[in-house]
Amino acid sequence: MRQSHVIQGFAPTLGLTVVYLSLVVLIPLSTLVFKSLQLSWDDYLNVIGNARVLASFRVSFITSLAAATITSFFGFIIAWVLVRYPFPGKRFLDALIDLPFALPTSVAGIVLATIYQPNGAVGQFLQDNFNLKIAYTPLGIVVALIFISLPFVVRTVEPVLQEFDFTMEEAAASLGASRWQVFSKIIFPNIFPALLTGFALSFARGIGEYGSVIFIAGNLPYVSEVIPLLIVTKLEQYDYSGATVIALTMLVASFLLLLLINLLQMWVRKRSGQL
Amino acid sequence: MHIATTQTFTAQPTFRDPRWLRVSLILIAVSFIVLFLCVPLILVLSEAFSKGWQAYWSALSEPDTVSAIKLTLITALVTVPLNTLFGLCAAWAITRFEFKGKSLLTTLIDLPFSVSPVISGLIFVLMFGAQGWFGEWLSAHDIKIIFAVPGIILATLFITFPFVARELIPLMQEMGSEEEEAALSLGASSWTTFFKITLPNIKWGLLYGVLLCNARAMGEFGAVSVVSGHIRGLTNTLPLHIEVSYNEYDFVASFASASILAGLAIVTLILKSVLEWKQSQNRV
Repeated sequence: MRQSHVIQGFAPTLGLTVVYLSLVVLIPLSTLVFKSLQLSWDDYLNVIGNARVLASFRVSFITSLAAATITSFFGFIIAWVLVRYPFPGKRFLDALIDLPFALPTSVAGIVLATIYQPNGAVGQFLQDNFNLKIAYTPLGIVVALIFISLPFVVRTVEPVLQEFDFTMEEAAASLGASRWQVFSKIIFPNIFPALLTGFALSFARGIGEYGSVIFIAGNLPYVSEVIPLLIVTKLEQYDYSGATVIALTMLVASFLLLLLINLLQMWVRKRSGQL
Repeated sequence: MHIATTQTFTAQPTFRDPRWLRVSLILIAVSFIVLFLCVPLILVLSEAFSKGWQAYWSALSEPDTVSAIKLTLITALVTVPLNTLFGLCAAWAITRFEFKGKSLLTTLIDLPFSVSPVISGLIFVLMFGAQGWFGEWLSAHDIKIIFAVPGIILATLFITFPFVARELIPLMQEMGSEEEEAALSLGASSWTTFFKITLPNIKWGLLYGVLLCNARAMGEFGAVSVVSGHIRGLTNTLPLHIEVSYNEYDFVASFASASILAGLAIVTLILKSVLEWKQSQNRV
């Protein structure tokens, strides 16, 4: 690219950016690495091998996967409806999708706990009719994570659906394809990579989520205790090494999972490109 | 061939979906949004006012609530301008110049988004906490960062770090630098060019970034919770005050504070829609 010789301010802006980035982000993050370097392999295994820690990893991963799956399904329908069907109140609903981004997580947490507790608005209904307990069980965690991650799916799928080329649909339909064939063979494969991105974002957010989860989860060790809560518990006991080990493992695990999803996405893109 | 169907098809392809399908999908989407988004929002207000105006008002005028509101405002007043300034610098360096490591820099700026809020708090405890890097030095000099206001501000700075920059970078990239170069070659100073050319072009995007940054700065819970120590009246921001009141079964106080933040969220959403509209107007 052409380097502009007229525009000034390169050194000061880049300098400030790098210094500020280092002070606020990089140096603080590096403490995680340095702290874990002080620990031996045995220390590490002692923390991670603990049954309660392993249980919290299981709880966090299962609930995040479940929530990301449910959100992807309904998020896709919502994005589809918002992009393709005209109906009254659509703009209002569209703006409302971003509520979980704008609403502080502790507000979301206490509200969801109040709604889904056994005598809450929805909780009572589910308890009476289906004998289903949401609050203070792992299902509560899933509900909180669905709330938190809804905009991630809708906002990644929406623009792709919007830019989708209608002429492809027309061509397929005029060649005699049924509506379902058009959807499953033309539309869905084109939207799928974006849906996967939304899924991955939801999942990553779900693993690390703390504020909205702790009120509704009940936080029972081995049953409904999530990883971020365990980190906080360790810190409250001044067990810095324990907290660091769990935090680092959580970062690496979710990073690996995201990498896997990225690879899957590349594979899907390649395949649909060859079609 | 089927000329009639092809014609309606070209005009409005979406109407190819049968009516029952359209109606049921709209119903599913709307009920999901109502159940998961509208009901919680309404419940905040109904719970806050469940014991009447008087109880609501006295909960908000309690000294602990007032100090939580003050601390939340102070945190936003410090972090938002700093991160805005940084966002402008980063966007200027990244979009107006070519240099090695540019894509790495862009990736690093987004880093705080992919870190769990709890970990964002943890790293500052590892730095400044009792057994942290600077722990001994700080306690010897009687400086408190963790369990005090500076820690809250640092954690919030980290969390809200990318918002302005990531809004401005694509915008300024798209804008290009021709207009600025023209102004400069006609003899305008760098500052004049920035204020007369760049800023008017990016103002809606900039405000958008500031808006999101502010919403997060005032609402951050996880990271702040780790570094604050929950000292009532001293290190409780509004989101933390909500938690403390809730755990003490003081639901009116909890939901009254929550209603302020829910109000902030609604204002943010409205302004966001307005800014999105303004920005799309600007581009035309």
